[in-house]
Amino acid sequence: MKYNIVVLAKQVPDTRNVGKDAMTAEGTVNRAALPAIFNPDDLLALEQALRLKEQNPGSTVGVLTMGPPRAGEIIRQGLYRGADTGWLLTDRLFAGADTLATSYALATAIKKIGKVDIVIGGRQAIDGDTAQVGPQVAQKLGLNQVTYAEEILGIEDGVATIRRHIDGGVETVTAPLPILITVNGSAEPCRPANARLVMKYKRAACPLELDSTPSRDTYYDYLYEKKPWLKLNQWSVADIDGDPSQCGLAGSPTKVKAVQNIVFQAKESKTLTGSDADVNGLIKELLNERIIG
Amino acid sequence: MNNVFVYCETEGTKVAEVSQELLTKGRKLADTLGVQLHAVAAGEGITGKVEDQILPYGVDKLFIFDAPGLFPYTSAPHTDILVNLFKREQPQICLMGATVIGRDLGPRVSSSLTSGLTADCTQLEIGDYDDVKTGKHYDNLLYQIRPAFGGNIVATIVNPDHRPQMATVRSGVMQKQILDPAYKGEVVVEDVAKFVPEVDFVVKVIDRHVEAAKHNLKGASIVVSGGYGVGSKEGFDLLFTLARELHGEVGASRAAVDAGFVDHDRQIGQTGVTVHPKVYIACGISGQIQHIAGMKDSGIIISINTDPDAPINKIADYVIVGKVEDVLPKMIKYYKANSK
Repeated sequence: MKYNIVVLAKQVPDTRNVGKDAMTAEGTVNRAALPAIFNPDDLLALEQALRLKEQNPGSTVGVLTMGPPRAGEIIRQGLYRGADTGWLLTDRLFAGADTLATSYALATAIKKIGKVDIVIGGRQAIDGDTAQVGPQVAQKLGLNQVTYAEEILGIEDGVATIRRHIDGGVETVTAPLPILITVNGSAEPCRPANARLVMKYKRAACPLELDSTPSRDTYYDYLYEKKPWLKLNQWSVADIDGDPSQCGLAGSPTKVKAVQNIVFQAKESKTLTGSDADVNGLIKELLNERIIG
Repeated sequence: MNNVFVYCETEGTKVAEVSQELLTKGRKLADTLGVQLHAVAAGEGITGKVEDQILPYGVDKLFIFDAPGLFPYTSAPHTDILVNLFKREQPQICLMGATVIGRDLGPRVSSSLTSGLTADCTQLEIGDYDDVKTGKHYDNLLYQIRPAFGGNIVATIVNPDHRPQMATVRSGVMQKQILDPAYKGEVVVEDVAKFVPEVDFVVKVIDRHVEAAKHNLKGASIVVSGGYGVGSKEGFDLLFTLARELHGEVGASRAAVDAGFVDHDRQIGQTGVTVHPKVYIACGISGQIQHIAGMKDSGIIISINTDPDAPINKIADYVIVGKVEDVLPKMIKYYKANSK
């Protein structure tokens, strides 16, 4: 069987490596100081999609992402690893979206893509850690949903068998297609970029990415004409026949009331060295005060 | 109408602890708002088994959904139970655990009802809100407070115009407390077929292994916790030795878990376990806010770090400036020598 697979992927600031300059003096996030990366769980989802494609010849894998023009990089990273195509949702109207508005945009885009058998994404993105967008997309498209997947064991007669993580254990479920799957961090890592594919796609770009580069000139027009696969799909709200009132900030029921840096009440602390005398003294003090038994 | 709802997760006939923690919090929110606390439980063979685990937390009304196929949990039937119940009952707040189940169910329900959902809240409060853009004033909204952006900031989220206001909370963040063992709440056993169409049961659980927790990190009175600074899996052996001596448990920061030094279930912080021990010994932990959110209410905090300016030192009672691998053997040695 051939399957049409869409991978949901997000470009995220690398919050795992937050340096001292990540916050501005006003207490807002200094996005420029953080490198933008392929959300780690989404890479694991891409790997599962690519494996399905290999096991089921004729299947296609497309990477769907939403973000500013530079998020075109996510599609390129997908193409380098073996994806067939990609779509970048980019429009100012998408900006400021909470998870519900994000899932509306993604679900609407998937309807536009057409017949999709499997939608697969990471369990959660590291900049929000909410794990909400996957199930919300599934609900909007009426898809069966399996979250926290560790491995897709196989698909037979239109029914997927999936091993998934649960609290305190694992379970195996069967679920008919069409289906939305979110992939847990414990799944197999993604393959590296393929050198041949990097050569093929390194100049691939979305039109808006080029608009923001000063070197844009007729060279790309020429390239696009000769090598149409280098022109990546870029969709606005209008392109997906979206309802602007359900996108971005306008379509977000949750509002941020306040954002603040956490300032913990500093305690009066005793500073000790690691010397025998200091450690011995501390242990005795804790024992005497019956803090430890 | 307008009551506070808690979705109670069940494993067989046992109600999850996180649900009882949320019932305790839900009771307080309901009192502040002057409304009732309602609970929902769905499973198989739970009638007569779960009431005593739910009502004593001050639940005024418990809705029970009991039918084959409702346990083990799958997404669609539980979603339709909540969606259809909420359409009838119109709650203003719905809380659920930020567990695998809650994080599968919550977003599906919120999408269906077009209501906002905030994940992994660390505090829930009631307060007013003024929308700067529209100039509209709202009374008594649920403040959903959570660390955001990898735990580097704290955000207060509100859902002004959509109901219910939904939030998930991780296990251990709230403290459970029985209000009255004999609390008189009403129990309503609903007809599941009226809520859940047969087509909802298409996803089947064919195999399932659940192990009892290997450790009791959440309830430990002493926690020895390691960060990336511990350096290796082997480095954690020292932490386990000290924890064993002190009858404590070993925890870890996200960085140490991501590096593969210890199992994921030992992670302390906003996206892990929240602990409230008597003594918290932080070994080589710098103290990202997302970690501190999970341990700041510890009694005595001891930080062992080569960096005297590590952020965690600000909230520590004792700071030992030194290498973990030098200090821990001494702590073990002198504990053995002095405790006899």
